[in-house]
Amino acid sequence: MSDILIVLFKIMGTLSWFLTLTLYLTWLERKESAVMQDRVGANRANILGLRIIGLFQPFADAIKMIFKEDFTPRFSKKFLHMMAPFVSFFFVAVTITAVPFGDYVKIAGKTVKLQILDFNVGLLFILAMLSLGIYGVILSGWGSRSRFSLIGGMRGAAQIISYEVALGLSLIGLIMVYPTLKLSSMVHFQGEMILGFIPQWGVFLQPLGFIIFFFAALAETKRVPFDLPEGESEIIGFFAEYSGLKWGLFMMTDFMEIIIISTLITTLFFGGWQVPWLAADGFHFPWGGEWLLPHWIVVLFQVGAFNIKVFFFCWLQVLIRWTYPRYRYDQLMDLGWKLLVPLSLINIVGTGIVMSL
Amino acid sequence: MIELFLVFLVFGLLGVVLVFMNKLLGPKKPNPIKESPFECGSPYLQEGINPVPIMYYMVAFLFLLFDIEVVFFFPWALVFKEMGSTALVIMFAYIFVLVVGFVYAWKKGAFKWEL
Repeated sequence: MSDILIVLFKIMGTLSWFLTLTLYLTWLERKESAVMQDRVGANRANILGLRIIGLFQPFADAIKMIFKEDFTPRFSKKFLHMMAPFVSFFFVAVTITAVPFGDYVKIAGKTVKLQILDFNVGLLFILAMLSLGIYGVILSGWGSRSRFSLIGGMRGAAQIISYEVALGLSLIGLIMVYPTLKLSSMVHFQGEMILGFIPQWGVFLQPLGFIIFFFAALAETKRVPFDLPEGESEIIGFFAEYSGLKWGLFMMTDFMEIIIISTLITTLFFGGWQVPWLAADGFHFPWGGEWLLPHWIVVLFQVGAFNIKVFFFCWLQVLIRWTYPRYRYDQLMDLGWKLLVPLSLINIVGTGIVMSL
Repeated sequence: MIELFLVFLVFGLLGVVLVFMNKLLGPKKPNPIKESPFECGSPYLQEGINPVPIMYYMVAFLFLLFDIEVVFFFPWALVFKEMGSTALVIMFAYIFVLVVGFVYAWKKGAFKWEL
Protein backbone atom coordinates (compact mmCIF):
# COMPACT_ATOMS: atom_id res chain seq x y z
CA MET A 1 0.00 0.00 0.00
CA SER A 2 2.76 2.42 0.92
CA ASP A 3 4.45 1.62 -2.40
CA ILE A 4 1.36 2.72 -4.33
CA LEU A 5 1.21 5.91 -2.26
CA ILE A 6 4.85 6.63 -3.03
CA VAL A 7 4.25 6.09 -6.76
CA LEU A 8 1.17 8.35 -6.68
CA PHE A 9 3.14 10.99 -4.82
CA LYS A 10 5.93 10.80 -7.42
CA ILE A 11 3.39 11.06 -10.25
CA MET A 12 1.82 14.14 -8.67
CA GLY A 13 5.22 15.74 -8.15
CA THR A 14 6.35 15.07 -11.71
CA LEU A 15 3.04 16.24 -13.11
CA SER A 16 3.07 19.51 -11.19
CA TRP A 17 6.70 20.16 -12.19
CA PHE A 18 5.84 19.40 -15.79
CA LEU A 19 2.67 21.51 -16.02
CA THR A 20 4.23 24.46 -14.19
CA LEU A 21 7.21 24.40 -16.50
CA THR A 22 4.89 24.15 -19.52
CA LEU A 23 2.90 27.18 -18.37
CA TYR A 24 6.01 29.22 -17.69
CA LEU A 25 7.54 28.23 -21.01
CA THR A 26 4.72 30.17 -22.71
CA TRP A 27 5.70 33.15 -20.58
CA LEU A 28 9.38 32.62 -21.42
CA GLU A 29 8.56 32.44 -25.12
CA ARG A 30 6.65 35.74 -25.05
CA LYS A 31 9.29 37.49 -22.97
CA GLU A 32 12.21 36.22 -25.00
CA SER A 33 10.61 37.14 -28.32
CA ALA A 34 9.82 40.56 -26.85
CA VAL A 35 13.43 41.09 -25.81
CA MET A 36 14.66 40.02 -29.23
CA GLN A 37 12.25 42.40 -30.97
CA ASP A 38 12.93 45.28 -28.56
CA ARG A 39 9.47 45.17 -26.97
CA VAL A 40 8.39 44.83 -23.35
CA GLY A 41 6.27 41.68 -23.62
CA ALA A 42 3.46 40.44 -21.40
CA ASN A 43 3.49 42.52 -18.20
CA ARG A 44 -0.11 43.55 -17.47
CA ALA A 45 -1.53 40.54 -15.60
CA ASN A 46 -1.53 41.29 -11.88
CA ILE A 47 -2.93 40.27 -8.53
CA LEU A 48 -3.94 43.33 -6.45
CA GLY A 49 -1.60 45.48 -8.51
CA LEU A 50 1.33 43.14 -8.02
CA ARG A 51 2.81 42.54 -11.48
CA ILE A 52 6.27 40.90 -11.05
CA ILE A 53 7.21 41.22 -14.78
CA GLY A 54 4.07 39.43 -15.93
CA LEU A 55 4.63 36.20 -14.01
CA PHE A 56 0.86 35.75 -13.53
CA GLN A 57 0.20 35.88 -17.28
CA PRO A 58 0.22 32.07 -17.87
CA PHE A 59 -2.40 31.57 -15.14
CA ALA A 60 -4.58 34.32 -16.58
CA ASP A 61 -4.34 32.65 -20.01
CA ALA A 62 -5.19 29.24 -18.59
CA ILE A 63 -8.21 30.49 -16.63
CA LYS A 64 -9.51 32.39 -19.65
CA MET A 65 -9.10 29.28 -21.80
CA ILE A 66 -11.07 27.09 -19.38
CA PHE A 67 -14.16 29.32 -19.57
CA LYS A 68 -14.32 29.53 -23.36
CA GLU A 69 -17.20 28.11 -25.38
CA ASP A 70 -16.63 24.69 -26.86
CA PHE A 71 -17.88 24.34 -30.43
CA THR A 72 -17.23 21.78 -33.14
CA PRO A 73 -17.70 22.52 -36.85
CA ARG A 74 -20.89 21.06 -38.36
CA PHE A 75 -19.21 18.71 -40.85
CA SER A 76 -16.54 17.43 -38.53
CA LYS A 77 -16.32 13.82 -37.42
CA LYS A 78 -17.32 14.51 -33.82
CA PHE A 79 -15.61 11.58 -32.16
CA LEU A 80 -12.28 11.94 -33.95
CA HIS A 81 -12.42 15.69 -33.45
CA MET A 82 -12.76 15.13 -29.72
CA MET A 83 -10.18 12.33 -29.53
CA ALA A 84 -7.37 14.19 -31.29
CA PRO A 85 -6.37 16.65 -28.53
CA PHE A 86 -6.56 13.88 -25.95
CA VAL A 87 -4.29 11.56 -27.95
CA SER A 88 -1.88 14.36 -28.69
CA PHE A 89 -1.67 15.41 -25.03
CA PHE A 90 -1.64 11.96 -23.47
CA PHE A 91 1.20 10.34 -25.40
CA VAL A 92 3.53 13.30 -25.10
CA ALA A 93 2.81 13.86 -21.40
CA VAL A 94 3.33 10.20 -20.47
CA THR A 95 6.94 10.21 -21.70
CA ILE A 96 8.10 12.47 -18.85
CA THR A 97 7.54 9.62 -16.38
CA ALA A 98 10.41 7.56 -17.83
CA VAL A 99 13.00 10.31 -17.31
CA PRO A 100 15.26 10.11 -14.23
CA PHE A 101 15.22 13.35 -12.24
CA GLY A 102 17.89 12.22 -9.80
CA ASP A 103 19.48 9.11 -8.36
CA TYR A 104 17.59 8.15 -5.18
CA VAL A 105 16.43 9.63 -1.90
CA LYS A 106 16.56 7.90 1.48
CA ILE A 107 13.46 8.80 3.48
CA ALA A 108 12.74 7.02 6.79
CA GLY A 109 14.88 4.03 5.91
CA LYS A 110 13.35 3.64 2.44
CA THR A 111 15.28 4.12 -0.79
CA VAL A 112 13.08 5.93 -3.31
CA LYS A 113 14.20 6.28 -6.92
CA LEU A 114 13.63 9.74 -8.41
CA GLN A 115 12.09 8.19 -11.51
CA ILE A 116 8.62 6.72 -11.95
CA LEU A 117 9.03 4.15 -14.71
CA ASP A 118 12.48 2.55 -14.62
CA PHE A 119 12.12 0.18 -17.59
CA ASN A 120 14.88 -1.89 -19.11
CA VAL A 121 13.68 -0.47 -22.43
CA GLY A 122 13.10 3.09 -21.21
CA LEU A 123 14.60 4.65 -24.31
CA LEU A 124 12.40 2.58 -26.64
CA PHE A 125 9.36 3.44 -24.49
CA ILE A 126 10.05 7.16 -24.95
CA LEU A 127 10.63 6.83 -28.71
CA ALA A 128 7.44 4.77 -29.09
CA MET A 129 5.28 7.22 -27.14
CA LEU A 130 6.70 10.21 -29.01
CA SER A 131 5.91 8.63 -32.37
CA LEU A 132 2.40 7.67 -31.25
CA GLY A 133 1.87 11.41 -30.80
CA ILE A 134 1.53 11.85 -34.56
CA TYR A 135 -1.91 10.21 -34.33
CA GLY A 136 -3.05 13.38 -32.59
CA VAL A 137 -1.81 15.49 -35.49
CA ILE A 138 -3.31 13.38 -38.25
CA LEU A 139 -6.62 12.71 -36.44
CA SER A 140 -7.15 16.43 -35.87
CA GLY A 141 -6.43 17.09 -39.54
CA TRP A 142 -8.81 14.38 -40.72
CA GLY A 143 -11.50 14.78 -38.07
CA SER A 144 -12.00 18.51 -38.66
CA ARG A 145 -13.04 17.96 -42.31
CA SER A 146 -11.43 21.24 -43.28
CA ARG A 147 -8.96 21.48 -46.14
CA PHE A 148 -6.41 23.57 -44.32
CA SER A 149 -6.47 21.26 -41.32
CA LEU A 150 -6.04 18.25 -43.58
CA ILE A 151 -3.03 19.77 -45.34
CA GLY A 152 -1.52 20.63 -41.98
CA GLY A 153 -2.10 17.14 -40.62
CA MET A 154 -0.58 15.48 -43.70
CA ARG A 155 2.45 17.73 -43.60
CA GLY A 156 2.91 17.04 -39.91
CA ALA A 157 2.72 13.27 -40.37
CA ALA A 158 5.15 13.30 -43.30
CA GLN A 159 7.61 15.50 -41.45
CA ILE A 160 7.56 13.47 -38.27
CA ILE A 161 7.99 10.11 -39.97
CA SER A 162 10.82 11.50 -42.10
CA TYR A 163 12.80 12.65 -39.10
CA GLU A 164 11.91 9.60 -37.01
CA VAL A 165 14.45 7.54 -39.00
CA ALA A 166 17.29 9.98 -38.33
CA LEU A 167 16.23 10.26 -34.68
CA GLY A 168 16.41 6.51 -34.20
CA LEU A 169 19.70 6.09 -36.10
CA SER A 170 21.44 8.89 -34.21
CA LEU A 171 20.89 7.04 -30.92
CA ILE A 172 22.45 3.77 -32.13
CA GLY A 173 25.97 5.11 -31.65
CA LEU A 174 25.10 6.11 -28.11
CA ILE A 175 23.74 2.65 -27.31
CA MET A 176 26.94 1.11 -28.67
CA VAL A 177 28.98 3.22 -26.24
CA TYR A 178 26.71 2.67 -23.21
CA PRO A 179 25.39 -0.85 -23.88
CA THR A 180 22.00 -0.38 -22.24
CA LEU A 181 18.55 0.99 -23.00
CA LYS A 182 17.75 1.67 -19.36
CA LEU A 183 17.87 5.41 -18.82
CA SER A 184 18.95 5.28 -15.17
CA SER A 185 21.97 3.06 -15.89
CA MET A 186 22.77 5.17 -18.93
CA VAL A 187 23.06 8.16 -16.61
CA HIS A 188 25.20 6.08 -14.20
CA PHE A 189 27.61 5.29 -17.04
CA GLN A 190 27.97 9.00 -17.71
CA GLY A 191 29.26 9.56 -14.18
CA GLU A 192 32.57 7.89 -15.02
CA MET A 193 35.59 9.83 -16.26
CA ILE A 194 37.67 9.90 -19.43
CA LEU A 195 41.41 10.35 -18.67
CA GLY A 196 40.46 10.86 -15.05
CA PHE A 197 38.99 14.34 -15.31
CA ILE A 198 36.55 14.74 -18.26
CA PRO A 199 33.10 13.40 -17.37
CA GLN A 200 32.03 10.64 -19.75
CA TRP A 201 29.00 12.50 -21.13
CA GLY A 202 27.36 11.51 -24.38
CA VAL A 203 28.22 14.78 -26.03
CA PHE A 204 31.96 14.10 -25.66
CA LEU A 205 31.71 10.52 -26.90
CA GLN A 206 29.12 11.11 -29.64
CA PRO A 207 29.40 14.72 -30.85
CA LEU A 208 28.02 13.95 -34.32
CA GLY A 209 25.22 11.85 -32.86
CA PHE A 210 24.27 14.76 -30.61
CA ILE A 211 24.05 17.21 -33.52
CA ILE A 212 21.91 14.81 -35.59
CA PHE A 213 19.67 14.07 -32.61
CA PHE A 214 19.22 17.77 -31.86
CA PHE A 215 18.18 18.64 -35.44
CA ALA A 216 15.86 15.64 -35.75
CA ALA A 217 14.31 16.41 -32.36
CA LEU A 218 13.79 20.05 -33.33
CA ALA A 219 11.93 18.84 -36.42
CA GLU A 220 9.81 16.54 -34.24
CA THR A 221 8.60 19.46 -32.14
CA LYS A 222 7.05 21.08 -35.24
CA ARG A 223 8.26 24.60 -34.44
CA VAL A 224 10.13 27.18 -36.50
CA PRO A 225 12.36 26.48 -38.52
CA PHE A 226 10.40 23.24 -39.07
CA ASP A 227 6.87 24.60 -38.51
CA LEU A 228 5.36 23.60 -41.88
CA PRO A 229 2.41 21.70 -40.35
CA GLU A 230 1.51 24.85 -38.48
CA GLY A 231 2.68 27.64 -40.78
CA GLU A 232 0.94 30.42 -38.85
CA SER A 233 1.23 32.80 -41.81
CA GLU A 234 -0.22 30.40 -44.41
CA ILE A 235 -2.46 27.50 -43.28
CA ILE A 236 -2.83 27.93 -39.48
CA GLY A 237 -2.40 24.19 -39.26
CA PHE A 238 -4.04 21.02 -38.07
CA PHE A 239 -5.72 22.72 -35.10
CA ALA A 240 -7.47 25.47 -37.10
CA GLU A 241 -10.95 24.19 -36.17
CA TYR A 242 -10.42 23.93 -32.42
CA SER A 243 -11.43 26.30 -29.66
CA GLY A 244 -10.90 26.79 -25.97
CA LEU A 245 -9.04 24.19 -23.97
CA LYS A 246 -9.00 21.68 -26.85
CA TRP A 247 -6.84 24.11 -28.78
CA GLY A 248 -5.00 24.74 -25.53
CA LEU A 249 -4.11 21.05 -25.34
CA PHE A 250 -2.43 21.25 -28.74
CA MET A 251 -0.49 24.31 -27.64
CA MET A 252 0.47 22.61 -24.38
CA THR A 253 1.63 19.56 -26.34
CA ASP A 254 3.89 21.85 -28.33
CA PHE A 255 5.56 23.22 -25.22
CA MET A 256 5.62 19.81 -23.56
CA GLU A 257 7.53 18.47 -26.54
CA ILE A 258 10.14 21.18 -26.01
CA ILE A 259 10.54 20.05 -22.40
CA ILE A 260 10.65 16.36 -23.36
CA ILE A 261 13.32 17.02 -25.97
CA SER A 262 15.32 19.04 -23.43
CA THR A 263 15.09 16.29 -20.81
CA LEU A 264 16.08 13.70 -23.41
CA ILE A 265 19.10 15.70 -24.58
CA THR A 266 20.08 16.23 -20.95
CA THR A 267 19.67 12.57 -20.01
CA LEU A 268 21.31 11.07 -23.06
CA PHE A 269 24.04 13.54 -23.95
CA PHE A 270 24.68 15.83 -20.97
CA GLY A 271 24.87 13.43 -18.07
CA GLY A 272 21.32 13.73 -16.75
CA TRP A 273 21.51 14.54 -13.05
CA GLN A 274 25.28 14.03 -12.92
CA VAL A 275 27.37 16.88 -11.59
CA PRO A 276 31.04 16.53 -12.63
CA TRP A 277 33.07 14.80 -9.89
CA LEU A 278 30.06 14.46 -7.56
CA ALA A 279 29.74 10.94 -6.14
CA ALA A 280 27.10 9.64 -3.71
CA ASP A 281 29.03 10.95 -0.67
CA GLY A 282 30.35 14.27 -2.00
CA PHE A 283 32.80 15.79 -4.44
CA HIS A 284 36.01 13.96 -5.35
CA PHE A 285 38.14 16.34 -7.37
CA PRO A 286 40.62 14.97 -9.94
CA TRP A 287 43.46 16.96 -8.35
CA GLY A 288 42.98 15.02 -5.14
CA GLY A 289 40.72 17.26 -3.05
CA GLU A 290 37.59 16.02 -1.36
CA TRP A 291 34.46 17.76 -0.17
CA LEU A 292 32.12 15.40 1.65
CA LEU A 293 28.44 16.36 1.83
CA PRO A 294 25.37 14.95 3.59
CA HIS A 295 22.96 12.84 1.53
CA TRP A 296 20.18 15.38 1.06
CA ILE A 297 22.55 18.10 -0.19
CA VAL A 298 23.90 15.69 -2.81
CA VAL A 299 20.31 14.98 -3.91
CA LEU A 300 19.63 18.72 -4.12
CA PHE A 301 22.77 19.16 -6.24
CA GLN A 302 21.68 16.36 -8.58
CA VAL A 303 18.10 17.55 -9.07
CA GLY A 304 19.31 21.14 -9.38
CA ALA A 305 21.85 20.20 -12.04
CA PHE A 306 19.17 18.32 -13.99
CA ASN A 307 16.84 21.31 -13.83
CA ILE A 308 19.50 23.81 -14.88
CA LYS A 309 20.45 21.69 -17.90
CA VAL A 310 16.78 21.28 -18.90
CA PHE A 311 16.11 25.02 -18.54
CA PHE A 312 19.15 25.79 -20.68
CA PHE A 313 17.94 23.60 -23.55
CA CYS A 314 14.38 24.98 -23.28
CA TRP A 315 15.84 28.47 -23.55
CA LEU A 316 18.01 27.43 -26.50
CA GLN A 317 15.02 26.04 -28.38
CA VAL A 318 12.99 29.20 -27.85
CA LEU A 319 16.00 31.20 -29.07
CA ILE A 320 16.20 29.05 -32.23
CA ARG A 321 12.46 29.42 -32.79
CA TRP A 322 12.69 33.22 -32.83
CA THR A 323 15.93 33.42 -34.83
CA TYR A 324 15.45 31.37 -37.98
CA PRO A 325 12.98 31.59 -40.90
CA ARG A 326 10.90 28.64 -42.02
CA TYR A 327 12.19 25.90 -44.33
CA ARG A 328 10.63 25.25 -47.71
CA TYR A 329 9.11 21.79 -48.00
CA ASP A 330 11.65 20.24 -50.35
CA GLN A 331 14.49 21.68 -48.28
CA LEU A 332 12.96 20.03 -45.22
CA MET A 333 12.81 16.63 -46.92
CA ASP A 334 16.33 17.06 -48.29
CA LEU A 335 17.72 17.84 -44.85
CA GLY A 336 15.99 14.84 -43.31
CA TRP A 337 16.60 12.15 -45.92
CA LYS A 338 19.67 13.28 -47.84
CA LEU A 339 21.77 14.74 -45.02
CA LEU A 340 20.77 13.44 -41.59
CA VAL A 341 20.17 9.78 -42.50
CA PRO A 342 23.53 9.29 -44.36
CA LEU A 343 25.34 11.23 -41.62
CA SER A 344 23.89 9.01 -38.90
CA LEU A 345 24.91 5.89 -40.86
CA ILE A 346 28.44 7.33 -41.09
CA ASN A 347 28.28 7.98 -37.35
CA ILE A 348 27.40 4.33 -36.65
CA VAL A 349 30.19 3.00 -38.87
CA GLY A 350 32.70 5.46 -37.40
CA THR A 351 31.74 4.60 -33.84
CA GLY A 352 32.05 0.89 -34.62
CA ILE A 353 35.51 1.27 -36.15
CA VAL A 354 36.82 3.48 -33.33
CA MET A 355 35.49 1.10 -30.69
CA SER A 356 37.02 -2.02 -32.28
CA LEU A 357 40.49 -0.45 -32.59
CA MET B 1 3.77 -2.90 -13.79
CA ILE B 2 1.63 -1.16 -11.16
CA GLU B 3 3.58 2.04 -11.87
CA LEU B 4 2.74 1.92 -15.58
CA PHE B 5 -0.93 1.33 -14.79
CA LEU B 6 -1.04 4.23 -12.33
CA VAL B 7 0.75 6.56 -14.76
CA PHE B 8 -1.66 5.76 -17.58
CA LEU B 9 -4.63 6.13 -15.22
CA VAL B 10 -3.59 9.52 -13.83
CA PHE B 11 -2.52 11.02 -17.17
CA GLY B 12 -5.57 9.58 -18.96
CA LEU B 13 -7.98 11.01 -16.37
CA LEU B 14 -6.25 14.38 -16.57
CA GLY B 15 -6.54 14.35 -20.37
CA VAL B 16 -10.25 13.45 -20.29
CA VAL B 17 -10.96 16.17 -17.72
CA LEU B 18 -9.11 18.77 -19.78
CA VAL B 19 -10.95 17.81 -22.99
CA PHE B 20 -14.40 18.04 -21.37
CA MET B 21 -13.74 21.11 -19.22
CA ASN B 22 -15.08 23.58 -21.78
CA LYS B 23 -18.32 21.61 -22.13
CA LEU B 24 -18.87 21.84 -18.39
CA LEU B 25 -17.71 25.37 -17.63
CA GLY B 26 -18.03 27.31 -20.87
CA PRO B 27 -21.11 29.11 -22.23
CA LYS B 28 -23.36 27.29 -24.72
CA LYS B 29 -24.87 29.59 -27.36
CA PRO B 30 -24.61 27.84 -30.73
CA ASN B 31 -25.62 29.47 -34.00
CA PRO B 32 -25.18 28.32 -37.64
CA ILE B 33 -22.40 30.78 -38.45
CA LYS B 34 -20.40 29.74 -35.43
CA GLU B 35 -20.67 26.08 -36.35
CA SER B 36 -19.50 26.50 -39.93
CA PRO B 37 -15.91 25.48 -40.55
CA PHE B 38 -13.43 28.24 -39.90
CA GLU B 39 -11.09 27.44 -42.84
CA CYS B 40 -8.71 30.23 -41.96
CA GLY B 41 -11.30 32.99 -42.25
CA SER B 42 -12.64 32.55 -45.79
CA PRO B 43 -16.27 31.39 -46.19
CA TYR B 44 -16.44 27.66 -46.84
CA LEU B 45 -17.21 26.49 -50.37
CA GLN B 46 -18.46 22.96 -49.89
CA GLU B 47 -19.21 20.36 -47.26
CA GLY B 48 -16.25 18.29 -46.24
CA ILE B 49 -13.23 17.72 -48.40
CA ASN B 50 -12.49 16.56 -51.91
CA PRO B 51 -9.76 13.98 -52.45
CA VAL B 52 -6.43 15.78 -52.17
CA PRO B 53 -3.18 14.62 -53.79
CA ILE B 54 -0.99 13.19 -51.06
CA MET B 55 2.62 13.63 -52.01
CA TYR B 56 3.76 11.90 -48.88
CA TYR B 57 2.86 8.44 -50.10
CA MET B 58 6.39 7.49 -51.07
CA VAL B 59 7.76 9.03 -47.89
CA ALA B 60 5.50 6.79 -45.81
CA PHE B 61 6.73 3.71 -47.66
CA LEU B 62 10.37 4.66 -47.19
CA PHE B 63 9.69 5.32 -43.53
CA LEU B 64 8.33 1.82 -43.05
CA LEU B 65 11.38 0.26 -44.71
CA PHE B 66 14.00 2.33 -42.95
CA ASP B 67 12.39 2.32 -39.53
CA ILE B 68 12.31 -1.47 -39.54
CA GLU B 69 15.99 -1.36 -40.39
CA VAL B 70 16.55 0.99 -37.45
CA VAL B 71 14.80 -1.50 -35.16
CA PHE B 72 17.27 -4.21 -36.26
CA PHE B 73 20.13 -1.94 -35.21
CA PHE B 74 19.08 -1.78 -31.55
CA PRO B 75 19.85 -5.40 -30.46
CA TRP B 76 23.11 -5.29 -32.41
CA ALA B 77 24.19 -2.07 -30.70
CA LEU B 78 23.42 -3.55 -27.28
CA VAL B 79 25.75 -6.55 -27.69
CA PHE B 80 28.41 -4.72 -29.72
CA LYS B 81 30.86 -4.37 -26.80
CA GLU B 82 30.75 -8.06 -25.95
CA MET B 83 30.99 -9.38 -29.51
CA GLY B 84 33.82 -7.09 -30.61
CA SER B 85 35.05 -7.20 -34.21
CA THR B 86 32.69 -10.02 -35.31
CA ALA B 87 29.78 -7.68 -34.74
CA LEU B 88 31.49 -5.03 -36.83
CA VAL B 89 31.91 -7.37 -39.82
CA ILE B 90 28.28 -8.54 -39.57
CA MET B 91 27.07 -4.98 -39.41
CA PHE B 92 29.17 -3.85 -42.37
CA ALA B 93 27.33 -6.39 -44.52
CA TYR B 94 23.98 -5.17 -43.19
CA ILE B 95 24.80 -1.47 -43.64
CA PHE B 96 26.06 -2.21 -47.16
CA VAL B 97 22.68 -3.71 -48.13
CA LEU B 98 20.91 -0.78 -46.49
CA VAL B 99 23.04 1.77 -48.35
CA VAL B 100 22.41 0.03 -51.67
CA GLY B 101 18.67 0.32 -51.07
CA PHE B 102 19.05 3.92 -49.96
CA VAL B 103 21.07 4.91 -53.04
CA TYR B 104 18.57 3.14 -55.29
CA ALA B 105 15.67 5.07 -53.76
CA TRP B 106 17.63 8.31 -54.07
CA LYS B 107 18.51 7.70 -57.75
CA LYS B 108 14.90 6.76 -58.53
CA GLY B 109 13.91 10.18 -57.20
CA ALA B 110 11.90 9.01 -54.20
CA PHE B 111 13.00 12.03 -52.18
CA LYS B 112 12.06 14.48 -54.92
CA TRP B 113 9.24 16.90 -54.28
CA GLU B 114 6.94 16.81 -57.29
CA LEU B 115 3.48 15.72 -58.34
